[in-house]
Parts: sequence; structure tokens; C-alpha cells
Amino acid sequence: MVRIGAFLVGLFFAGWLFISFLVGAYSYVTEPPANTVEHEFYLAPKHVSFSFDGPFGKYDKQQLQRGFQVFKEVCSACHSLKFVAFRDLEALGYNEAEVKAIAKQWAIKTPSVDPATGEPSTREPIPADHFPKPFANNVAAAAANNNAIPPDLSLMTKARKHGSAYVYSLLTGFTDQPAELLKAFPDAKTPEGLHFNPYFPNLNLAMAPPLTAEGQVTYGDGTKATVDQMAQDVSAFLTWTAEPKLENRHRAGLATIIFLLIATGLAYMSYQNIWADKKKAAA
Amino acid sequence: MSFPWAEQYTPKHPVMQWVDEKLPLPRLVYNAVGAGYPVPRNLNYFWNFGVLAGLALVIQIVTGVIMAMHYGANDLVAFGTVEQTMRDVNAGWLMRYAHANGASFFFIVVYLHIFRGLYFGSYKAPREMVWLLGLVIFLLMMATAFMGYVLPWGQMSYWGAKVITGLFGAIPVVGEPIQTWLLGGFAPGNASLNRFFSLHFLLPFVIAGVIILHIWALHIPGSSNPTGVEVKGPQDTVPFHPYYTAKDGFGAGVFLIAFSILLFFAPNFLGHPDNYIEANPLSTPAHIVPEWYFWPFYAILRAFTVDFFFIPAKLLGVLAMFASILLLFFLPWLDTSPVRSGRYRPMFRKFWWILLADVAVLGYCGVAPAAEPFVMISQIAAAYYFAHFLIILPLISRFEKPLPLPGSITEAVLAKYGKTDGESAAVPAE
Repeated sequence: MVRIGAFLVGLFFAGWLFISFLVGAYSYVTEPPANTVEHEFYLAPKHVSFSFDGPFGKYDKQQLQRGFQVFKEVCSACHSLKFVAFRDLEALGYNEAEVKAIAKQWAIKTPSVDPATGEPSTREPIPADHFPKPFANNVAAAAANNNAIPPDLSLMTKARKHGSAYVYSLLTGFTDQPAELLKAFPDAKTPEGLHFNPYFPNLNLAMAPPLTAEGQVTYGDGTKATVDQMAQDVSAFLTWTAEPKLENRHRAGLATIIFLLIATGLAYMSYQNIWADKKKAAA
Repeated sequence: MSFPWAEQYTPKHPVMQWVDEKLPLPRLVYNAVGAGYPVPRNLNYFWNFGVLAGLALVIQIVTGVIMAMHYGANDLVAFGTVEQTMRDVNAGWLMRYAHANGASFFFIVVYLHIFRGLYFGSYKAPREMVWLLGLVIFLLMMATAFMGYVLPWGQMSYWGAKVITGLFGAIPVVGEPIQTWLLGGFAPGNASLNRFFSLHFLLPFVIAGVIILHIWALHIPGSSNPTGVEVKGPQDTVPFHPYYTAKDGFGAGVFLIAFSILLFFAPNFLGHPDNYIEANPLSTPAHIVPEWYFWPFYAILRAFTVDFFFIPAKLLGVLAMFASILLLFFLPWLDTSPVRSGRYRPMFRKFWWILLADVAVLGYCGVAPAAEPFVMISQIAAAYYFAHFLIILPLISRFEKPLPLPGSITEAVLAKYGKTDGESAAVPAE
């Protein structure tokens, strides 16, 4: 009885799936799916190597400081960094006094309450504060940015596939729409107010090219601020904001694996030892 | 329970004798996973995965309880508290990555455990109850994993919750009220998050309870073994401790090494980037995909594209997805071959490999976008899945001519070790 029922159920599901397959195959052959402009012109992120790649990777603090400078002078005008606090910057090699000064001089103030009147007001950030947001709320952000809300950058490199390379590619990837794209997909012309970038999944994004000219930022350590350099540095910085514990993780991982290799080796020997008499012919 | 030649628990220390009289808990442990449990001497490494699944559950409970101390089950703060755990809690990143990857490793070892059972016929009499309870654990794990994935309240959490509860919405008439009731609202929200957190905390302990039943049911007939031949005498068994505790210790080491490689060097490899974006009901991700361990079932769900008269395709997909797991409950009565082990079943063995490949193909289709040719591939693969269990297995059991079985476990072992060193030709190929 069980087997007859099973046979019927199996026949039903398998049969109907096969019919669905035939229906799908028929329409696939008669009207093959149209090619999309994203499928043709989207590019995977460029290959770029960073000091934190690989199991032994570490952050380059000089690079993080440069990247932070790019964030401060360029990105932070529109993008928030809400999960990072000023105190976290000590990991970039700044000392306590420097962090205090960075917080104090930050262009955007921290929302607060006037202690005398209770009215909303602002105050200078302190190291314990997270980075204040450039816009009071999403409505203000959208209003100031052609209806697109600039996303928070704290986790950007983990929120995209191959995040560090993605950020780098996006920042250096702005270009004019290729002529062959317009020829093949005349309707896909970048709309007014958007910007073409083949590294962006739907090819057109609201953000204007943020890094446009060499020397846009003047690096304190004398590094030449090419667009490529700035893009790499800010990608490294945003990798740190997304994964501040990467170095701890790599260190702990190495120690754990060495320990486990030794422990597992000993466990194997003890296993062989205990079983020695059972694996011989005359057991 | 157990065989008459099992070693007896004889406490020597007066304190232990005293404890044994009042509460024979050490005796229970001794008989369950100690020297008092005789186990076939020929288990291969595939028999390690039960213990490893238990280890994975312990890792999940320990890391999960610690994470719960820092988590805020509220849709306004959940995402932020998880980030805070990652950044400001001592070793919080370790707890969270261990928990997220631990879930994946739990499923890896459980899938290996299940496919071991499928190959060696572990579901057959007299161990049907072990198999059924195992499936109950599997279902509980799936529910727990799904609800756990919602807790970080990222984009995939939110939209995953929406899609999965939407499955109940496909039920005619009562579907939508059920979905609303499950979510505590018309869309995932604070009420859903709170109940999922509560249940996500509860279910692992339910799993632990069913594991006790699973082991209890196992100990009545005793463990199966790769030959599928039942234990005939004391020469066929070794005490669980120290023989299999030693082997499981080694297995646990290998498991932890693999786990550590992912946890420390590629902790987000199995995750989805979209879950690092806070949940946003107004923005649907381009592709909503579940975690990898659900991909084969997700592919079955999406394989139904044509309505069956009055039954909409979506409902068919939901029914098929649930059926794909529920049919496993009938497996002991579908496969009627008296031979347990795939080693001695040439036809069955081939179809087992096809099933394994089929499930891998389904998994691949489950993560692929719902477009051709993946839908067509998943339709064929899903059709095979149902045909395998419901049509092919019962037929094979009927017509297959099994190979001769060894006379006993010891005979099989001696065939392996009785030859000159390095030669093991007498073992049937797997």
C-alpha cells in the first residue's frame, strides 16, 4: 500500500515536472530569452591586490590613514559611517590626542540637546562618538542627492561581492557609455542625472565620479595622490571599517590551526595505538 | 539495551558506588558512550559524522548563548547590535563567525551522516525509529537555521523571511491568514523578529532532546556497520570507549581544522553580501537566495512553473518541497531489499551516486537566478529526485540481485587484514 501510494505520488511529481520541462523547453526554443544590456556590458571587479589579502594579510596603517583622509575630504560629504567610532581610529596608528583632535575638528557635528533649554542642538564630537551622519534623515539625504540616498559605508566592502575590489573598480570605473552599447541597446542610454559605470550591476548610478583629478587630496606622507592611488587607499580604509578585527582573526586563526594540527596528529597516533591489536590478522 | 557481553559498570571508588546507588547517571553515560556500549569493529570514517553533528550542536549552543547576551531582538536595533558584537564585544567577531559558519558545518556533517545512512541502508529494520528521529532532528535544524538567519535583520534575513512564510500563503483559502499569523503582521517586522529569536533559542534544546531519543533508539539494536551484516558475537564488536572515542577524537580534530580554515580565513565565503545591508522593506534584492543548505529544496520549490489544472504552480512547488523531505520518512518501507549495505547492491549503488549528483545539481540550480536554462535543469533534476525515492528504489529492491554477503563482521575484517600487508583486494569496492 505504501509503495503503491509512493509510486503514484512519484509519478505525479516526476511526470508533472517533465511536462513543465517540455513547456519551458518549447518556449525557450521558440522565443529564446532576450539579451540584456547588464548581461552584455557589466564588468566583474578589476584585479587589485591589497596588503590584507591572504591568510597572513595585515592592514597597511599608512594606507589606512591615507584612505581615511580621502573618506574625510571626499566621501564623508554625503556618506555616513555609522558603525565606526572616532575611538576606533587608534587602530590606524593615531594616538589618543590625535583622535581627540580629529573628532573635535570633524566638519559634521553630533546631534545633541541644549542643556539649558532642552532644544535640539549639536555639539563637537568626542572620541566615544560614532561618526555623525551628514544628513539628518533619509528624506534630507534623498532631497540633496537627486532622490538617491547615499548608502552608509561602514560595511560596504562586505555588502558587495569582492567588496574591496568592487569599491576600487567602481571609483575608477566611470566612463562614457560605449558606442556599441548604444548601438545594440538604443533604449539603454544613461538617464539624465545618472552616471555610467560598467562595474555597477545595473550600469547607471546616481553618484557622480567622486575622484576626478590627481592631487584632489594632498597626502601628508608625500604619496602621489593619483585617482588610482586614492581609490585603492579608500578601498583599503573601507575594508578596515567593515572588518576591523581582520588582523586579530588572522593571528588567532594561525595559532588555532597550528594547535589543531598538533592535537589532531596526537589524536591520530592515539587512535592507531588503541586499534593496533584489532587491525592485525590474528585479532 | 545492548549485547549480553557488554562490559559492566563497576564503580570502585566508594563515592562513585554511593552515587551509583542514588542516581546511576555515570552508569547511563558508561552504557551509552562508554565502554559499556559494544559497537561493530568495522565502522569506517563515515560513522564519525554522528558524533561530529553532536559537536557542531554544542558549538552552536555555546556561541549562540554568548551572542544572545549581546543581541537586541528588536527590528530597530537588531542589525546594529550584531555589528556591535562584531566590533566592541571581546571576541564577539569570533563568536558570530563561529556561529554562522558553525551552522554550515552542522549541515555539512548532517548531510554526510544522512547520505551515509542512505548508502549503507542504516534506515532499514530494525533501525527505522533511528532514521525517523534523525529526520525529525533534520526538520528542527532547518527551522532553527531559517529563524537564526532572520535574526541579524539584514536584507536576506528580511526577504528570506518574507519568501519562506510566503510559502504558507500558497495554501488555498487559509494561506494568507496563516502567513499573517506566523509573522505577527502583514510583513516581517518586530513581532516576527521577536518570536523567531525566542524559537531560535528554544529549538536547539529540543534538538538536543530528540538527539537523546535518536541515540536511545540506536542503542536498542546497536549501531549498523558498513557490511550491513548484524553483529553475531563478541568477536564482532569493540567497546565504544576507548576504540571509537579515540577514532572520534581524531575525526573531531579534522573537523575542527576544516571549520577553522573557513572561520578564520574566509568567514563570509558561505554567506551572502546582501545580509550586510540592513533590512529594507522598500528595496527588494536582485536575487533572493537562502543559505546553501537549502538550495536543493529551493530548486525543487521553483521547478514547478506550470499549473496543474486548478492547482497553481506555486502551491505545487510548496507541496513538492515539503514532500521531498517527508518522503524520506517512508524510506524504510520503500526500499524493501533485505540487504542493507550498498556494498553488496550493485544497482542500488549506481543510483545512489546518481542521487548524490542529482542533489548537487539541484543545489546549483537553487542558487542560480530563476532563469533558463537553470529552471529546465532543475525540473529534470527534481523529477529524478522524486523518481529515485518513490519509483526507482522500490523497483530495484524487487529486481536487483545482491552480491554474496560476508558471513560475519569479523570475517569481513579478517578478509581485509588477513592478507599480506598493503593488500585489501578482498574488500568489495565502494
